[in-house]
Amino acid sequence: MDSSSILTANLLQYFSVFLSFFCFFNHSLVEGAESTWNYDYTKYHRMDEIRQWMEDVEQMNPHLVSSSVYGQTYEGRNITLLKLALDNPQGREKKVIWVDCGIHAREWIAPAFCQWFVKEIVQSYKTNKKLEQILQNVDILVTPVVNVDGYMFTWANDSTRLWRKSRSTPPPGSSCYGVDLNRNFNANWEVRCVGCVSFDSCSNTYCGKSAGSEPEAKAVRSGMVDKVLCFLTIHSAGQLILLPYGHPQITAPNYEELVSVGKAAAAEMKKIHGMDYTVERLHRSNSGSSRDWARLIGIPFSYTFELRDKGEFGHLLPEDQIQPACEEAYAGALSIITYGHGQGFLQQHRPNSAVVTATGFSSGLVVLVAMWIMSVTTGLFV
Amino acid sequence: MRLKIIIVLTILTGITGSPSITIRPEVELVDNKQRISEQQNLVTETDEVVEDVMATGELNPNHYPAQRAAKVVQHYINTLYGSPFKVFHLHRVHSGNAEDVADSGRKYQLEISVQEMISNTSGKCSAEVFFSRGDKQHSPQVQVMCEELLKINTTKEEDAFYQHLKKNTSLLSAEYLPDSHGHIEPDMKPLWHLASVASSFIMLNESTQDTLFNMAQVANVTQLATESDQLKFEYLILLHEMVSQEIIRWKLLVSWCPPEGVKVLQMEKLPHCHECEKPPNTN
Repeated sequence: MDSSSILTANLLQYFSVFLSFFCFFNHSLVEGAESTWNYDYTKYHRMDEIRQWMEDVEQMNPHLVSSSVYGQTYEGRNITLLKLALDNPQGREKKVIWVDCGIHAREWIAPAFCQWFVKEIVQSYKTNKKLEQILQNVDILVTPVVNVDGYMFTWANDSTRLWRKSRSTPPPGSSCYGVDLNRNFNANWEVRCVGCVSFDSCSNTYCGKSAGSEPEAKAVRSGMVDKVLCFLTIHSAGQLILLPYGHPQITAPNYEELVSVGKAAAAEMKKIHGMDYTVERLHRSNSGSSRDWARLIGIPFSYTFELRDKGEFGHLLPEDQIQPACEEAYAGALSIITYGHGQGFLQQHRPNSAVVTATGFSSGLVVLVAMWIMSVTTGLFV
Repeated sequence: MRLKIIIVLTILTGITGSPSITIRPEVELVDNKQRISEQQNLVTETDEVVEDVMATGELNPNHYPAQRAAKVVQHYINTLYGSPFKVFHLHRVHSGNAEDVADSGRKYQLEISVQEMISNTSGKCSAEVFFSRGDKQHSPQVQVMCEELLKINTTKEEDAFYQHLKKNTSLLSAEYLPDSHGHIEPDMKPLWHLASVASSFIMLNESTQDTLFNMAQVANVTQLATESDQLKFEYLILLHEMVSQEIIRWKLLVSWCPPEGVKVLQMEKLPHCHECEKPPNTN
């Protein structure tokens, strides 16, 4: 036996051993990572926990998730989004889906949903071809908490739980804090209506000193890039899917389509747990909303989701309802995203089939093959 | 032989992929175009461009005029039939009709479903709601007829709870029902239900065509000593009004005993708590 054969045999042995160990540990490391990182998506989380979760999700899924700070709150805290995106195999320009939660501080189910939404995508995109394709064509930008100051305030003690607005300081002559961020956007902002939009700083629908004056609203504006297909803003409660515009005399040009897409989403949501979600143009005039602003700047599919429930618990939705509420909301959101993606990319693309993916490939098989190689190479020496 | 090894290794290194981790039901992502066209065939309503609160005639049951009027029916039913073991919520509006009544106000006729939350049963009701117009703001007047729903028997639970409290030497008290996480201790649920019913008296009184009330939370409840058969409770209740999004605080003195039902003896609307809204001392 010549020395080159021995060398080759040795290399092959080392390689096969390495390969089997690598696959084995890779498998258990991934499993281990999942089992040691037990983030409970069925509980409400404080802001520092959500921040930590965002870091962890990004770190653990570097090929899919990246984070971006796109503004500051009134009290100077970062407003951060997670971008869920894959490279486009053809190098085509990507479009954007925007999902934000927690504009209103007390609507805790909304940030819970944004976290759930990210989790679902992270855990299913590798086995869901359609989702993978969507992520190759669009960037999904998710902001778990827009109104960070307000959200933190609702966690301060029991008596602050029902706070809604931001935490801006009182304007001159007033002692009342906060602006209703969902009345501050530049969309028919000047329109008054009875009891809905208020110029009284003590009101829970105080719209701020001018359209877009609040840093949180400014941040959403700056975070908005070109080529946004869908804008979903998540709230509670009421079980509604709201379309633009909250003004009785102004109708979106694609109104009929918005209604159809909304009704399809509601139908998907009902399949999950039988809950009814009503699709409507807001049942009252509601100027300054982010949904209306998004439609006005040209985003074709702009919706407000009002999640559970219909008044029994309201904003104080029990934690045992987080999972079902998020499951149905996920179905609804995905329905709209899929439609928007379909509209944005008229030609159907198939993933690059030159890349062989063997999902569900067992590391045990690798070990067996490695062992076979070893026995064969050992045979070389005999 | 070497060739075989090289081929095998090439295949091994060429394959990438992770072992599947968990299996969960996939959301079906199909081409939506077909589904949308199917949906469009099912859309029978014609969405009005101008939504007028003064809509007359047949109402869209899902839109706010019918929904607000139907909520008033919920409050009314609770004032008549509610108890610590029986609380009704509006489930659905099936149809609605509105008409002006001379200059005095507006009358709604509604077909609704109402759900009893503890037994989780629902039933249909026909109702009429009259909102008066003009300087004198009266509370809405309601007439309702329901199916068997209202005859749900909760005598056993009510008697047991009543006896338990009567025999108890200490007086009950609690705060924040539900708590910030939506949780209520099982022992405290009857007090929470009692608050819902008592709130219904207030919400019924305060309702107009421009409001939609729900009870948001019991801030606190204290049982008071009594010499009569009644049990008495002092409540601080937070109501949520949907249109203004305000939280309105009410102090209520409530009495209850099984034969006489729930009564609100005193009610006081409290001012907005601006102190509560200042930044807490420790962040």
